[in-house]
Amino acid sequence: MLGIVSRKVLGQSLGRIRPAVWALRNYSSAEKQMTVRDALNSALDEEMSADPKVFLMGEEVGEYQGAYKISKGLLEKYGPERVLDTPITEAGFTGIGVGAAYYGLKPVVEFMTFNFSMQAIDHIINSAAKSNYMSAGQISVPIVFRGPNGAAAGVGAQHSQCYAAWYGSCPGLKVLSPYSSEDARGLLKAAIRDPDPVIFLENELLYGESFPISAEVLDSSFCLPIGKAKIEREGRDVTITAFSKMVGFALKAADILAKDGISAEIINLRSIRPLDTPTINASVRKTNRLVTVEEGFPQHGVGAEICMAVVEESFGYLDAPVERIAGADVPMPYAANLERMAVPQIEDIVRAAKRACYRSTAMAATA
Amino acid sequence: MALSLGKSKRILQCLKSKICVVGLGKNSFWSGWFHHGCPSSMAPLAPTCRNPDAVLVNAATQFATRRFESTKAEKHVDSLCDAEGNQLLDFPGGKVAFTSEMRFIPESPMERAHCYRVLDDNGQPNVSNFVQVSKEVAVKMYATMLTLQVMDTIFYEAQRQGRISFYVTSIGEEAINVASAAALSIDDVIFPQYREPGVLLWRGFTLQEFANQCFGNKADYGKGRQMPIHYGSNKHNYVTVSSTVATQIPQAVGAAYSLKMDGKDACTVTYFGDGGSSTGDFHAALNFAAVMEAPVIFICRNNGWAISTPVSDQFRSDGVVVRGRGYGVRSIRVDGNDALAMYTAVCAARKMAITEHRPILIEALTYRAGHHSTSDDSSKYRPVSEIELWRMARDPVSRLRRWIESNDWWSGEAESELRSNVRKEVLDAIQVAERVEKPPIAEIFTDVYDAPPSNLCEQEKLLRETIRRYPQDYPPDVPAL
Repeated sequence: MLGIVSRKVLGQSLGRIRPAVWALRNYSSAEKQMTVRDALNSALDEEMSADPKVFLMGEEVGEYQGAYKISKGLLEKYGPERVLDTPITEAGFTGIGVGAAYYGLKPVVEFMTFNFSMQAIDHIINSAAKSNYMSAGQISVPIVFRGPNGAAAGVGAQHSQCYAAWYGSCPGLKVLSPYSSEDARGLLKAAIRDPDPVIFLENELLYGESFPISAEVLDSSFCLPIGKAKIEREGRDVTITAFSKMVGFALKAADILAKDGISAEIINLRSIRPLDTPTINASVRKTNRLVTVEEGFPQHGVGAEICMAVVEESFGYLDAPVERIAGADVPMPYAANLERMAVPQIEDIVRAAKRACYRSTAMAATA
Repeated sequence: MALSLGKSKRILQCLKSKICVVGLGKNSFWSGWFHHGCPSSMAPLAPTCRNPDAVLVNAATQFATRRFESTKAEKHVDSLCDAEGNQLLDFPGGKVAFTSEMRFIPESPMERAHCYRVLDDNGQPNVSNFVQVSKEVAVKMYATMLTLQVMDTIFYEAQRQGRISFYVTSIGEEAINVASAAALSIDDVIFPQYREPGVLLWRGFTLQEFANQCFGNKADYGKGRQMPIHYGSNKHNYVTVSSTVATQIPQAVGAAYSLKMDGKDACTVTYFGDGGSSTGDFHAALNFAAVMEAPVIFICRNNGWAISTPVSDQFRSDGVVVRGRGYGVRSIRVDGNDALAMYTAVCAARKMAITEHRPILIEALTYRAGHHSTSDDSSKYRPVSEIELWRMARDPVSRLRRWIESNDWWSGEAESELRSNVRKEVLDAIQVAERVEKPPIAEIFTDVYDAPPSNLCEQEKLLRETIRRYPQDYPPDVPAL
């Protein structure tokens, strides 16, 4: 379902950007599909093949083919020197990865989920993020930390937190969050090639999703720029920003809103730090209304930062208060019905957009 | 106690009759029963008065197993028996021999691990099989150790006078610093904690460079970004000091792994204190280094104190050296105040690390003769007499001087000349560093990333604009360009 929706949307937005070439592709029936899992796997494979300094490290990445099978086949292809199964110590293997990066290797450190990265957060922030600055450029840390982030399905409080806001607040780090397979491929390649430490926030539920993918994206030199958001769907009435899984929800919400005559512009952030504030501001100056969507906790979240960035630059252009949709301010419950209530749903986005367009009477935001 | 004695008597009587069947070995049953604190770490578990029931259960199970084993014995005899016909267990971690003696490995050994030493308190070698050091190297070691001591004293005073904000001395640990550095090559990458400036000094970092970092001026390689004593220098292969304790230990392992992959004739060397050995990072690093077979030397400066925490509150093991075996890491305990012992041990460790691809743990016993830092007054938690004893009678610098003097490589004149020269050089360096400009505004925003992103460029523009408009609100000695 998601694949069909996004293909249509992708086709529309691509049609506007590059009419000559892409108009043909819109109607091509031989368009390739690729899951996010395969996109990540192929990106890792190609970068490891191109640069012998790149190596993968994490729990279960080797013999088990990856806890979520992202690193399938890599141990067999590159051997145990470049695909390392680590003991259970995030603090330990993150420290080791940072040390290897200090010396000049390019580690890709996998956390089984970013919830476990808290065990290693001192090394990520105090060693990786700050070393280039503290050493005045003598020590660069070309490391990538990747893994699933945010809620999955029924994994409970300690496995469901979103860390976009935590890492996004730290100077020295770059924080990326892909949505589609194109995002996954392009951003992971960019992250591995980048000389700075990069936090790469994936999503477990997106791994199995298929997205259409062009030949350009499949090329091994394909790379997306860090710090540029993507306008997934153009619109005139309200800007909706989202990242990761919420982009899919926002696109579906846009379809529902279109039926009510509201044309929503969906921005896929792609990059949490640096945040593409120029793109967001340009969009708000066009639509005059803003809804931010994220799965994480509301206080000090990504939406709060986006709201402030827009208020600083484009306050005069806002015709309505900024709406913020975020996860419930509780540790994630386990029961399926409670979990559904704790995470933003499509209806929440639709209601928020309507409120921003003054199409509903309720003033206060209700979940 | 009376109750358990009664019980044990009964059990003893029971078991006595079973001795010949179960086969408890050469030791008499009585001595095995009351034996306490077996020295060897490989000794079987000792039964004690406290667990008579457990012994009984153990004996019974053994008895039972043997009875049923006899019919199946033929099939498994090849793979599950050692040379003497004792049964082995083919366990995922390797073959393990059984024992019918329940004996707990004691928490502390009968004797503490011995400490390797070459020079006695008078600076005379008590052996001849140490690595022979040439006059040139010995004199350079001594001169560097003395320079470190003089530099520390003067910089400490400078902090007290308010000229620098902070300082950490290495008084008492000069031999660990310099002798270890002398045994290494310039290609070996150093991951220091913060009490190892002697290693940098040996490698050629000048007194001016030290002063520049402490004053955070324009010439500081760190561009004024860090507190004093956070030295770092790529060209000297000395990774920038970071305040966080023990984070450098697993980093050294990672870098060692890279060196191994590159096939270089080099290792990494990391230093930490007795306090640092309590961290999770220490555990993960040693464990990993052994598994990854990384060429890394772990040097623990066990100086007895972690700020105000004495080692008796830090750990209950026999120091840090015994932990090496816990991780499968070869280790040695060395007299940290003996320059020649340190030199010899590090030479050997380096060779093993590189040729055999293995980690080595060196525990250097010493004493932190100075305060933890300029923010500390150690007389508040330890007796001044103890500090004085180690500072005067057990000073590593004096000990080495006695040795080089006895070889006629040094003299009283050389001593006073070096002392006054170094003192003058340090004072000059401080005066110069104090007057050098601070780093320019642009350096606030560089190196956060490889290339500054647009938001930082904007912030820099804003800052410059603000300074231009309100110069009276900003310090005059920070160049705006």
